[in-house]
Amino acid sequence: MIATLLEATSITKTFAGVHALKGVAFDLRPGEVHALVGENGAGKSTLVKIITGAVAADSGTLTVAGKEVSHNDPALAHSLKIAAIYQQPSLFPHLTVTENIAWALEKGKLWHRVDWKGRKRQAVELLGRAGASIDPDRIASSLTMPEQQMVEIAKAIGAGARILIMDEPTASLSDREVESLFQVIASLRGQGCGIIYISHRLDEIFAIADRITVLRDGEAIATKPAGEVDRAALIEMMVGRPVNAIFPKREVPLGEIALELRNVSCAAAGLRDISLYVRTGEILGLAGLVGAGRTELAETIFGLRPLDSGEILVRGRPVRIASPVHAIEAGLAYLPEDRRRHGVVLEMAIAANCSLASLQEISRHGWIDAARERALAERYVTELRIKTPSVYAASGTLSGGNQQKVALARWLATGPKVLILDEPTQGVDVGAKAEIHRLIVDLAQAGLAIIMISSELPEILGMSDRIAVMHAGGMGGILLRAEATQQKILSLALGHTPTGEMARIEE
Amino acid sequence: MIKGHSRELSVAGAIAVLFLVLALAAPGYFSRDNLTDLFLANVPVLIIALGMTLIILTGQIDISVGSMFAVCGVAAGVFVKAGCPVALAGLGACGVGAALGAVNGALVAYLRIPSIVVTLATMVILRDGLRWITQGAWIEDLPSRFQWLGFSRSSYQAVMFLIAGGLSIAIGWGLRNLAAGRAIYATGSNAEAARLAGIDTRRNIFSVFAIIGALTGLAALLNSVRFNQIPSNAGLGLEMKVIAAVVVGGAAITGGTGTILGTVLGVILLGAIGPALTFLGINAYWEKAIQGAIILAAVVADAARMRLVPGGIGRDASSAAKTHA
Repeated sequence: MIATLLEATSITKTFAGVHALKGVAFDLRPGEVHALVGENGAGKSTLVKIITGAVAADSGTLTVAGKEVSHNDPALAHSLKIAAIYQQPSLFPHLTVTENIAWALEKGKLWHRVDWKGRKRQAVELLGRAGASIDPDRIASSLTMPEQQMVEIAKAIGAGARILIMDEPTASLSDREVESLFQVIASLRGQGCGIIYISHRLDEIFAIADRITVLRDGEAIATKPAGEVDRAALIEMMVGRPVNAIFPKREVPLGEIALELRNVSCAAAGLRDISLYVRTGEILGLAGLVGAGRTELAETIFGLRPLDSGEILVRGRPVRIASPVHAIEAGLAYLPEDRRRHGVVLEMAIAANCSLASLQEISRHGWIDAARERALAERYVTELRIKTPSVYAASGTLSGGNQQKVALARWLATGPKVLILDEPTQGVDVGAKAEIHRLIVDLAQAGLAIIMISSELPEILGMSDRIAVMHAGGMGGILLRAEATQQKILSLALGHTPTGEMARIEE
Repeated sequence: MIKGHSRELSVAGAIAVLFLVLALAAPGYFSRDNLTDLFLANVPVLIIALGMTLIILTGQIDISVGSMFAVCGVAAGVFVKAGCPVALAGLGACGVGAALGAVNGALVAYLRIPSIVVTLATMVILRDGLRWITQGAWIEDLPSRFQWLGFSRSSYQAVMFLIAGGLSIAIGWGLRNLAAGRAIYATGSNAEAARLAGIDTRRNIFSVFAIIGALTGLAALLNSVRFNQIPSNAGLGLEMKVIAAVVVGGAAITGGTGTILGTVLGVILLGAIGPALTFLGINAYWEKAIQGAIILAAVVADAARMRLVPGGIGRDASSAAKTHA
């Protein structure tokens, strides 16, 4: 028997100048569950993608079953018996369960006739081994999330996977389903498979892992036997970086309540019973893990998703927001997360982008007043220090930070009372980041109420007056600036309170 | 729209080269009669292409315009034979077109069915519905007041010129200067961003389909007054001519970029080239192949430019990839 199934040494990977992985070492032994933990953006997904061949490492070596793999790709990883199961199952939605499983079993002979009867028998057998009883003739899109997860596992077993990567496999499972998944994992490990297990749920990690590797900022901080660390130590290792940026936060006198949510629920968005408020001049940080429902909450407030129950009040008055038009009328503005997809219209000039949400104000009887549009754009180019030769340059030619400022200008031009920022500094360089932080503080001082969604804890801690932490579609708790620490935020985001004291939940 | 005018310049250059060759090799091409014929034959294409530019700018497509053209022409004839004044018959044709376009628009915008599927269906329904109703018969014995819209032949030509020019300028101007025009570009360029900015993207899509319907009705009227009968099978393949002209004029089939000037030049280039072949002594069977080659050249030029400028002007990798495909 081989001592190590997989060994990765000094793996580095850079995306557009950002170091996603900096010399990471990782190994996996037969019959073990090796957990990979870390904050959002710590590099877990990148490492998994390098192992599965979805992306190529810049440098470093990957050795599978004693053989060095120089150019990994998905087909090669498949032949090396590496399989991955993701949080979102990736079945072919229009094919049946049998067809989906058969796809993983075929050996790549394009003209080979498929023995469907045999494949169906195999599908039933593999599903049985995965602990699921699913009709193999069902269409994949008709399966529930847990059922799809089971089919993924059956696929992996069928492909004879020796190295199985599970990335948040329990995110959509109930406790009972998690239990049966753990039984499957136990039997796979008994057969000598190695399992890389990624989860934000620390309880699961301690229940199932033999060893734990902590990633932080692209570096492997430590690899420890699960028995030698406790939860507090693990959280500390996950967040332990110093707050290395100085945030230009200023104390601003807080005014009236600008926006209030009372018991807001939205089943389609997975939100349940969310209450919060934000005052004029205040920056409310909205923290939580990926998938906790922060963006969904912003979209619900902005009328992109229908409210099932609960109330939204703007300056004390209940408002009905069924579309972005209503939201803009109510004085809300929303700077979405994915600037290229939802924010800036790249083909359009800066001026046209700035005026897009306030076309009515700069038009007379539908005619755009070019002089007013120009004045508007020039004002924001100056105020926000957008670096461009002309307000008529195409927005796509700007850098990421400047594009973000153009998107911000569009919303400031509507004269909002409440500004919702979704990951405002994601993917912008350090200098632009500091400038955007300064702008946010200026806007708060000018009397805007700001909700800032961010996955970067230092940013949340450095910028917010209060911090609302979401957990699994609900409100995990709300912390005041003075009492908030990375540990407390992460504990609330993970859904428990390690220090024993109850988190303050403000009404 | 603001990314320079390189496509317009290259199409204009191609037209100039074509005319130069013709001036040297076949000066007869520039005879008054030939140019007039050419102009009259292409006015309907231009008018519909103006509407198609709006459709393509919003990221949609309408392949039912050829069938709609036939229906509207027959409708105009029926109205005028029933005793309507020509102006009223014309309005009727536009109204029929707008209504048919509105049906397309409603299906695309509000039921979110892909426009290629919706208009493929209505293309067949209208074409064969008309065939069934007319039993293939043409509308004949049109009253003389219908001929040339009741004008003299030369005034009719002037009227055609005014309508074609006026519409092109009005729509081109509107796209640049109206909030509605801005909304059309935004809808096609980034529908989600437009929606977040409070733009009613569905209403925009509905409207451009209604507009192209009305324009098709107008084009059908202006075309039918030139002849003694109105064929029930008019406009076969017209949709492809129109789409080709818009694409050659630089509009991205994925939406968001394109200009009316480009479309006008596209109509001129593709319209001028067919008869030019006859004058140059090239077999007319080559016409379609050469038009196809021009379309391909235009698209390949775009793709090559995207490749030279990684991440291109105002374009991300994914939309560039869509253009390639």
